[in-house]
This record gives sequence, structure tokens and C-alpha cells, in this order.
Amino acid sequence: MARASVRRERLDRGIKVRTSGIYAITGWKEITYLVIPRLVLIVGLLLLPLVVTNLYWQRVISIVAIYALLALSFDFLTHFVGLVSLGGAFFVGVGGYLAALLNTQFGLSPLFSIPLATIGGAVFCTLLIMPCLPLRGVYFSIVTLMYPLLAARIIEALNIFGGTDGILGVAGFPNRWVEQYSLIAIILLALFGLRRFVNMDIGLVFRAVKDNDQAVKASGLSITLYKTMAVFISSGLACLAGAYLVHIYMWAGISTLALDFSIIPIAATVIGGGGTLVGPVLGSFILVPISELLRAFGTLRIVFYSLILMAFIVFRSEGLMVYGQRKYHQFEKWIKV
Amino acid sequence: MSSEPLLEVRDISKSFGGIQALAGVSFQVFPGDIFGIIGPNGSGKTTLVNSITGFVHVNSGHVLFKGRDITNRPPHKIADLGVTRTFQIMRPYYSLPAYKNLIIPLFSPRARRTGGWRGGGKLGDRDTVAIDILEEIGFERDSQVPYKMASTLPTGYLKRMELARCLALRPELILCDEVFSGLSMSEIASMIPLLERLQLEGITLIMIEHRLKELFRVANRVMVLNFGQKLCEGLPEAVMADEKVKEAYLGSEDLSDYV
Amino acid sequence: MEILIYGTVNSVSLALMALGFTLVYGISGLPNFAHGALYVITGFIVWTLMRTLGLPYLWAIPLALIAIGLIGAAIYYFILIRVRGMATSEIIASYAIGLAILEGLRWGGFKGLTYTLPVFIEGSWELGGVMVDYQRILVVVIGVVVMALLWLFTHFNRIGLALRGMAQDERAAMMLGIDSDRMAVVAMGLGSMLAGLAAIVLLPLGNIVVEAGYNVLIMAIAVCIVGGLGSWVGAVLAAFVIGFAQILTVVYVESHFQIVVALLAIIVTLILKPSGLFGRQKELEERV
Repeated sequence: MARASVRRERLDRGIKVRTSGIYAITGWKEITYLVIPRLVLIVGLLLLPLVVTNLYWQRVISIVAIYALLALSFDFLTHFVGLVSLGGAFFVGVGGYLAALLNTQFGLSPLFSIPLATIGGAVFCTLLIMPCLPLRGVYFSIVTLMYPLLAARIIEALNIFGGTDGILGVAGFPNRWVEQYSLIAIILLALFGLRRFVNMDIGLVFRAVKDNDQAVKASGLSITLYKTMAVFISSGLACLAGAYLVHIYMWAGISTLALDFSIIPIAATVIGGGGTLVGPVLGSFILVPISELLRAFGTLRIVFYSLILMAFIVFRSEGLMVYGQRKYHQFEKWIKV
Repeated sequence: MSSEPLLEVRDISKSFGGIQALAGVSFQVFPGDIFGIIGPNGSGKTTLVNSITGFVHVNSGHVLFKGRDITNRPPHKIADLGVTRTFQIMRPYYSLPAYKNLIIPLFSPRARRTGGWRGGGKLGDRDTVAIDILEEIGFERDSQVPYKMASTLPTGYLKRMELARCLALRPELILCDEVFSGLSMSEIASMIPLLERLQLEGITLIMIEHRLKELFRVANRVMVLNFGQKLCEGLPEAVMADEKVKEAYLGSEDLSDYV
Repeated sequence: MEILIYGTVNSVSLALMALGFTLVYGISGLPNFAHGALYVITGFIVWTLMRTLGLPYLWAIPLALIAIGLIGAAIYYFILIRVRGMATSEIIASYAIGLAILEGLRWGGFKGLTYTLPVFIEGSWELGGVMVDYQRILVVVIGVVVMALLWLFTHFNRIGLALRGMAQDERAAMMLGIDSDRMAVVAMGLGSMLAGLAAIVLLPLGNIVVEAGYNVLIMAIAVCIVGGLGSWVGAVLAAFVIGFAQILTVVYVESHFQIVVALLAIIVTLILKPSGLFGRQKELEERV
């Protein structure tokens, strides 16, 4: 039987080993190896508004940034705490409507309406989700799925908050530089902040809740408390995105609760690589421009992401970022068994 | 040995659907005891642990810890009082290194209140305390072992980590759910001094076990469960000789063949 | 009296919508978020069979039911079974499929025209001083018949018993030789047929619109949460609770508030008794 008895072996690259721990600063090559990916990301993001000149695509940058925040929020909650939120649109809607109301009813400028909408929205969303936190994860997903659908229908049926017309006349940003650079700054802060956070002691507790909540309970910690904190953080990020959104479009309406805001972050995370925090951001940068291109096809674009999402989930791709990281850090070769 | 029981279980019963897992079980554990609970498979031992520690709600009866009723309270509150447990099916946090696993119990309110593992006072860096605890438990400090991913550790180490998880909370009582299972004779032999040392430090142990010989070396009192009911309780030798116990385990064979 | 009649009609409608969902969840553990999609597709299938192929109504109905049962089973067999057991993946995958179908229909299907299915029997009847149209009476009749048949099926038919066994304890059922994967496919087929049946009976009361898909999904989930996920009895009871609450709201408050009732029902349930009326979520605590 001449069956090929080889297997694939993956080894860390030499330079990866040489850069672990304190050894990272022993030489320029090592420092470059570590710094380059992060540098590329930061510089790339910062240069983006300058480089893109087409007006239409400039607007797209802002939208991509919004989705990147949503994807971060989703990835954090799903892969670091174990709660799968199917209703990101709800948080966007809450943050958006709240900011719009603060702006139009109370005359607060975006400088104030956005932070207030973020915190207020986070409190509201967390309160609404809290009842299902002691239960199994499935309930969380079901409840988060329902909320945006219900909210849209209630707004429409009761004709509150402007009903189907929405809230008009929301203030915009002074110029697009403020708009885009503040967004990019927030993304970078959120990204690196969350990365730091999940490795801190408290972040480990969150990850433990995902791995093994019974053991966390047995260690004297209330998982409901930590899940609540995680939902607060995650919904805060998403409400922030929603608040920005209404100031960009200068309008808040039922479409602020659109399915896109629930689905695209999930697809972006799955495609970009769940659990890496960078992957979802990357995924948004890929997916959102495509979705803009597909706008001409109407709701077909949702079909498109749904199918891609399904394919990825079912065939269990690890995502681009994870693949990329693997290639960067390791090399493969076939060896004989 | 004080005369006030540390843990008192009064007449607890629990049924799952049609199955009566526990039927009117009562016993007392005193401070400094190593109390063994034995019984054939399916006798309700793990359900008993779950009931005491709040993972399962009992249908009737009471559990009292230091005189306080802790029946059906949430598990984390019970752990917070100093009643800890290990899991029979081990539950490390797979994606974290071994010593990071201990950060979680060290993060709990109880650990913060009781000032960590040794030496009282404020907790310094949790990482350091975690490594210290692992060393007490038997992980070699200077080796790579504490830093390995929990998913790669062998059973012996994982069992010890379960105990470490409890110790990080500075407990008064540890319910050990089959800590000896899956270990070799030599591994058990090295665990026993650890358990005895815990007893010396004032921690009371309740040990659910199948390995009777090893258990009887440390336990000072033993209780036998069968089909959710208490058959008998007392000194290990006395329990061994009890007819009902022999019948429950073996039919009518002589139990002393096994010890 | 009006309240009683319309309350019953509404409740049975909700029960019909929810039964398919709770059946699939109870047996295979899958929260089938494509439930609403299956509902709407059945409507379109019947319509197509009648208009495009010219089949009489009486033929179109059973054919459509068989078709949707097969479609549902196929979706499960080819796609969802691959993620069986992984709760979050199941949810995302079935949601994605549901969305793809619904939005695909919205884009590609039948734009610009109003699509309706004819009622079974024209006219109405006076019942206790209230005029009720026959279709609504039929809803109740068919609903009750379906529930009775389901009960008989799961208590006396071999496959039905197998399904019930799986719902109670999957491992025990497997030990008794029941192929849980195959049963899960059957369950999905059955659940899809129930969704289709609900569509066939309820769609004649309105138009066939994609929005109905989302509404059915929302109501089915609301009913199942209140009744307890996986409990058939609970779903029926919850359907009546919500159904009557909604009609009372229409009469005493305002008809637009109906949907708020659903939301409130969910929140109240989650706060008071999260596992629902008959929920088996005690499993939650016994997961050790």
C-alpha cells in the first residue's frame, strides 16, 4: 500500500520565536517584525481620508468606520464572552434615536449628544437585555434578534419618534475631517483598548465565562454581573456607532434599525476572523464597499451576505485574519510520518 | 474538635423527572474532618455535592453552613461563604495558561476580602499569587508547566488545579468530587500529603470517592449512599463491616477483599 | 362575545404559527429562524401552482405542503445538520437562510402586484350575535384538528413516539436505537409542514407579503418564549394568553398596540419566569 504518509507540520517562524517576551527589543529586525502589522493598520487608517478623493467613496469611509465599530462590538461579545447578538441594529437604533432626540429636542450639539447617547443608550439596552442573562445563551440570541424587529414595528405602529418619516433636521459635523478622523480615532482606541482589556485580569474573567461558566460560579463570581458588564460595553460601542450614524446622515428613522446593522457585523466578523478583534475591522473594510456596490440590486445584497455568512459558518472557515496571522507567524512543510 | 457542625445537611431530597436522586439525606460535618462519601455509581453522590453547593435546587430539606441556611442559594454566593467544590469532569479554562486559570478565583470578592493565599494583607500582583498557589499545589515553580495552556496539561495536574482553584478562595470547606479518579497510584500517593496539609491548615474536606483504600487512609469519618439514601455513617472500619454496605456494593461478597 | 370569538381565532392562529417552531426546537434543539421564511414560501408556492400551473386550489394545497416539508428537510439535511449541536452556529446559519429567502423573495418575487390566496369558503356565519367569516371559523377548526392529530401522532405512531422520546432525552433515545440525526430531519420536515399549514390557513385572510414572514417569526418566538421553549402544551397555552391579551388590547386600547403586547409578554416572562410557563429550562441548573 503506497499511501502517501506525509503530514503537514506547522512551525513558528524563527523570528516569531526570537520576538517572544523581552527578546523583542534585541534587534531592529525583531522590532520591525512586531511593529509592522500594527503600523500598517494605524497608518493605513489615518491616511485613508486623505487618500480617497471621490466624494461618494469619502462617505463610504465613514460608513465603513461605523460598521467596523459594530463588528468590534459583536466580536467582543461573541468570542470573548460567549453571547451571540443577532440584533446589533437595536443598539444602533437606540443610540441613533437618542442622539437625534437630544439634538433636535434639547438642542445639544453632536459634541454632547453623542457621548450622552452612548452612555444612555448603553444603560437602556443593558436594562432591556438583563432579564435573559441568567439563562442559556440561546435566549440571548433570540431576544436580541427580536428587539430590533419589535422596535421597528412599534415605532411604526404607535407613530412615535417621527414614525415612518423619522426625525429630521439632526445636526451634522462641521466638516468631514472631524467626522472621519474622530471616527478613526475611536476605532483605534476601541480596538487597542479592547485588546488590552481582554488580557487584563477582568478580561480573563469574561473569557472564562465563555469557556466555562460553571467553574466561574464555583469560584465565587456572579456571571450575571460580568455578562451585564460585557453587554454594557458592547452596546455602548454600538450605540456610539448609531449616534454617529444619525449625525452623518442628519436623520434618524426606522432604517436606523435596519437588518444591515445586524447582519453585516456578523458577516464581517466571520469573514475577517472571529476572536481577533482586528479581523472584524478588516472584514468591514472588505464587506461594506461591496455592499455599497450592490446597493443597486436592492435587497439582493442582504441575500448575498446571508449566503456568504451561511457558507462561512457551515464550512467553518477560520476567517482571513486568523489565516493571515498563521501565515505570518508560522510556516508549513510536509514531512514524512 | 468543636462540637458545632460546620456543615449540616438535613433531610434533603431531589428528584429529576421520575428519578429520585436523593431521598432524605442527613449528616453533619465538623471542622477539621475529612469526611468521605462513598457509594456505588448512581447513588447520588454528585447530586449531593451539587445540592450543597447550589448548582442544583433541592426539592425539600435544608443545608446549613455554620448555622446559616444556604439551601438553594446561588452557587457563587455559596462559594463566597467559603464552601468550594471541585468538578468531577474537570473544567479548566482551556484557552488560558495554567496560572492564568487562577486569576479568576483570585478576582472574586472573597479572595479580595480574605487577602489572598498566604500571609494576609493586600493582594499584590495576582499573577504572582497564582504562581505561588500552584507551587503549593505541586507545580514546579521554575518549569514551564504553570505557563502551559490548560488544554495541554495531563490529568494529574488538572486535578491539582481544581484544588488550586478552591484554595485561591481561602475556603473553609472543600467538597472534592472524585479527585482521585483517573490518577495513578503514585499520583494519589503524592496527593495525600497535600490533603493532610490542608487539614492541618484548618480546611475541612468532604471527599466523594470510589477509591476506597486511598480514601480510608485520610478520612476520619465516612458515609455510604445508595440509591439516594444514606445507608450508614461512622468510622471507616465500622462502615466497611456493615452488612448493608457490603450488599450495596457487592451483593454478598466480603468487602474486605478490596481493602 | 366578540372578544371571545376573535380571541379564540387569534389564539389558534398564534398556536398554529408557533407549533412548527416549538416542535423543531424541542426535538432537534434548533431554533429555526427560517420559520417565517418557510411560512411565506408556502404561500408563494400555492399561488404559483394555482396561477402558473393552473392547478385547482384543492390540489395545490397538499402539493405545497409536501413541497415545503421537503424543502425544510432538505435545508436541514444539506446545511443545518453540519452545525448540529453548535448552538451559536445553528442560530446564525438558520437566521442567514431565513433572511436569504425572505429578502430574496422581496427582491425577486412578484413585485408590484398584490398576491392573495382565496378563502376556502366564501361568506360568513352568525355566531352568538356576531358575524364571523367562514375562513376564520375554519382556522379554529383546522387548528384544533391539527393539535389533536399531533397529539395522537406523538403518542401512538412509532415515528411520533420516537420524536417525543428525542424531545425528552436525546441520549436515551439514541440508546434505544433511534437515529437522532434522521429524526431531526423528520422533525424539521414536520415543522416546516406546520409552518406551511399555518400559511395556507391564515394567508387567505390577508395578502401574501414578505413582512408576514417576519411577523410570523416574531409571534412564533414570542409564543414559544412565554410558553417555554420546547413545550408543545406551553406553546398552545401561551398562544391563548397572548392571543386574548392582544384582542383585549384592540378592543380597549388601540389596535396598533397589539405588537406591544408581544414585547411586553416576552419581557414579563423573562423577568418573572424565564423558562416560560412549561419550560424545561431547569436543564439550565442541571448542566453540571
